[in-house]
Amino acid sequence: MTKLNNTQDLITYVARLGDDAIVFGHRISEWVSHAPFLEEDIALGNVALDFIGHAQMYYSYAAKLSNEENTNATPMTEDDFAYLRNEREFQNHLINELPNGNFADSVVRQVLIDLYNKLYVDALKKSKDKTLAAIAEKSSKEILYHCRRSQEWMLRLGDGTDESHQKMQTALDNIWGYTHEIFELDDTEQCLVDAGIAVDSTVLKTQWLQNVTAIVEQATLSIPTDKWAVRGGREGYHTENLGHLLTEMQFVHRSFPGAKW
Amino acid sequence: MIIPTKNLYQYEREKFRRNSSIPELWQLLDEVKDPEIPVLSLWDMGILKDISKQGNNIIVTITPTYSGCPAMDIITEDIQGVFDINDIYECTVNIELSPAWTTDWMTQEGRNQLRSYGIAPPNDVINGEAGKLTNETQVLCPHCKSTDTHMVSEFGSTACKALFQCNQCKEPFDLFKHI
Repeated sequence: MTKLNNTQDLITYVARLGDDAIVFGHRISEWVSHAPFLEEDIALGNVALDFIGHAQMYYSYAAKLSNEENTNATPMTEDDFAYLRNEREFQNHLINELPNGNFADSVVRQVLIDLYNKLYVDALKKSKDKTLAAIAEKSSKEILYHCRRSQEWMLRLGDGTDESHQKMQTALDNIWGYTHEIFELDDTEQCLVDAGIAVDSTVLKTQWLQNVTAIVEQATLSIPTDKWAVRGGREGYHTENLGHLLTEMQFVHRSFPGAKW
Repeated sequence: MIIPTKNLYQYEREKFRRNSSIPELWQLLDEVKDPEIPVLSLWDMGILKDISKQGNNIIVTITPTYSGCPAMDIITEDIQGVFDINDIYECTVNIELSPAWTTDWMTQEGRNQLRSYGIAPPNDVINGEAGKLTNETQVLCPHCKSTDTHMVSEFGSTACKALFQCNQCKEPFDLFKHI
């Protein structure tokens, strides 16, 4: 493979990690001022900020790589990735873009993603790409806090009242089909896995399932059976939800290009 | 009697600063405070890693506390501001991610200032691991020094803090989380 392809693949991969983080971070931020109580509102704001911060690190790196690659083009920044790309150009896993739903839906998704991120980022720390390893090292500390918080909520609601239990189980059943694609690689990522740069998410699934099962069972819930799976995020095929999210997220930036205050 | 000790990071950091050929610039940047916690300088916070000179250009290297911390942009502007009023016009602020910032880099002076500002520094967690807060975690109250406290929320007013309340003086306070 030529050098050019490698760099393009790397940019794609780094931007994907940024896409996962920004889309989910934006979703969590939608809870701000709607959370069940004040402390939880603040916690959600904090967690959203962490995810957006991770996205900024990934996007800055993707922009740097792009600029080195296309020295004649107008230099890009992280904002170009976040605010000036369309739905089909985003390649986030679909689980990140699902609407927040009720609080149980949000807690279930948060647990599934936090436990995935924990394993993913620990593996990314060993990347041969120094910048990716540094981003992983930085974000892993925050992810530990996220994991503790979301798992506490799962326990509290799963093993709570009949109603909260039911809502949690329904949420788990509804979201489960979106967890399969996060453990799949396309050719682009496979090449980078072979080069020791990207994380081989396929090997994380067993450990993830074990960790998820432990907390799910402790919360008196049960793991759904694998009846269906939705895919397409990494190819840019999305659910209808992403377009709505981007409309809101990108509105100010697109209406007032280059605005500063 | 308490014998003050210094952790290895602190020792290395101070040595690094002492050996700098441009001590006046380090001193200048002591004026730049964390915008969220205005008693803490960048140095005390542990986020100022290096100041060097390349020709006329001053290169300042800082490291972010939390990845999403919005203070980083303001800090960058503040650094340039302080240099500006001191007639230093060429300055580049580099943000370095690795090694990742840890609260262990905070200076003793910084910890004391935090406490007097009403925020418990990370080393005031008196039981268990500082980095793993639980409902049993107790922290020295920065107001009345009681250890009879409880956690209200692991996430506080900014990304770097957790919310506690003292059972003695009843005052709520922030804990700067160990990271």
